Amino acid sequence: MVTRSIRFNSLVLSLFALVTALLLASTHLGTRDTIAAAERAAAQKTLLELFPAEQHDNDLLDDTLPVPPAYLKTLGLGRPAVIHVVRKGGEISGFVIPATAPDGYSGNIHMIVGIDAGGAIVGVRVTGHAETPGLGDKIELRIDPWILSFNGLSLGNPPRERWGVKKDQGMFDQFTGATITPRGVVRKVRDVLEFFREHRNELIEAAGDGAQQP
Amino acid sequence: MSETSYRDITRNGLWSNNPALVQILGLCPLLAVSGSVVNALGLGLATMLVLAGSNIAVSLIRRQASEAVRIPVFVMIIATFTTCTELLMKAYTYELYQILGIFIPLIVTNCVILGRAEAFASKQPVGVAALDGLMMGTGFCLVLVTLGAIRELLGSGTLFANMQLLFGPAAAGWKLELFNGPGLLLAILPPGAFILMGFLIALKNIIDDAAARRRAPDPEPQEKASRRVRTTGVIN
Repeated sequence: MVTRSIRFNSLVLSLFALVTALLLASTHLGTRDTIAAAERAAAQKTLLELFPAEQHDNDLLDDTLPVPPAYLKTLGLGRPAVIHVVRKGGEISGFVIPATAPDGYSGNIHMIVGIDAGGAIVGVRVTGHAETPGLGDKIELRIDPWILSFNGLSLGNPPRERWGVKKDQGMFDQFTGATITPRGVVRKVRDVLEFFREHRNELIEAAGDGAQQP
Repeated sequence: MSETSYRDITRNGLWSNNPALVQILGLCPLLAVSGSVVNALGLGLATMLVLAGSNIAVSLIRRQASEAVRIPVFVMIIATFTTCTELLMKAYTYELYQILGIFIPLIVTNCVILGRAEAFASKQPVGVAALDGLMMGTGFCLVLVTLGAIRELLGSGTLFANMQLLFGPAAAGWKLELFNGPGLLLAILPPGAFILMGFLIALKNIIDDAAARRRAPDPEPQEKASRRVRTTGVIN
């Protein structure tokens, strides 16, 4: 009796699992292309915010270098990613480097850092996060101009020990009720700058090769 | 409530058994994303869609799912509808999807939905269950939007800002600027949401009391005691 009811219930349960899985799969297939297009449009919009159209003459979204696998961890990236190259008149004028701060208040904070060829920050934008609405989400430009406080800074400016939130004797504001979020972002931006200082020449060399390809 | 009239169901969902104001369910998303009208409306509509969908599905399979596997099946159905809604929002309202973030997948855990599935939809024919899901969802959405409007107004001094995230570029002009400069920060923060929610519930009770007094000039004291029970207890 018991085995029969177990067998019957398992069957019912698996049937429902199958039906719901099919439903999910079809929704996924139906929306996949639209989602990809929406993500692409959003990514392009953010890139153009960092380097407006008049500052470059290449397609930022497609002119990319893969992040060398050895450096994925430095940048906090869990999977292969690309660095966008900014060119104007044949010269490399900057890079947009992706990074992920693993220590947000609720998980990863994904961002991109625009750096000019000299190593100064052009701009930082958060591209994805799950921080608390109303508190930690002030890292988004849409909500708060805080993220603009990185503009123009570089490794020596301010000195390394000031690359933190005010609570850690740094120079960046934290938010009311949210210190962890900006702390994670500031640290990761500093990591990106250090990464760029160490690998600037390799990047420029690799990007130069890329330019010769049609 | 074995006899279910459409009028009762509508009235229950929108007012007398409102999931937010009376059952006090789903407070976490309610308080978390009600910082502006567009966020509130986005999550409200998503919740409504999931609630109506899961009510219909649960009602359809109410004879097939045996007692032992009922709850897992309900959870599976709700999770499916939530994920589908999430994918759809990601596809068509990408920016809003990013703003609402974790609270869209968290619709799964909104007790209103499992509550309605278990207490109502699993015992009722499809049409009735669908209407109930729709009305409970609308009731939840209305409270969410009201709270969003009040918080946006007090906290940011605007109304209907960023509506283009939900309705496309044409809605960018809907924004009303009521005052400039910093608003009341408390209204934007979670404690403000709690306090305003309390006022909304109080307001509803005042209206109910006034209506009851008009019907019966001297209300019995017992009625007062039962109201507390109703706020946390009876779901259907």
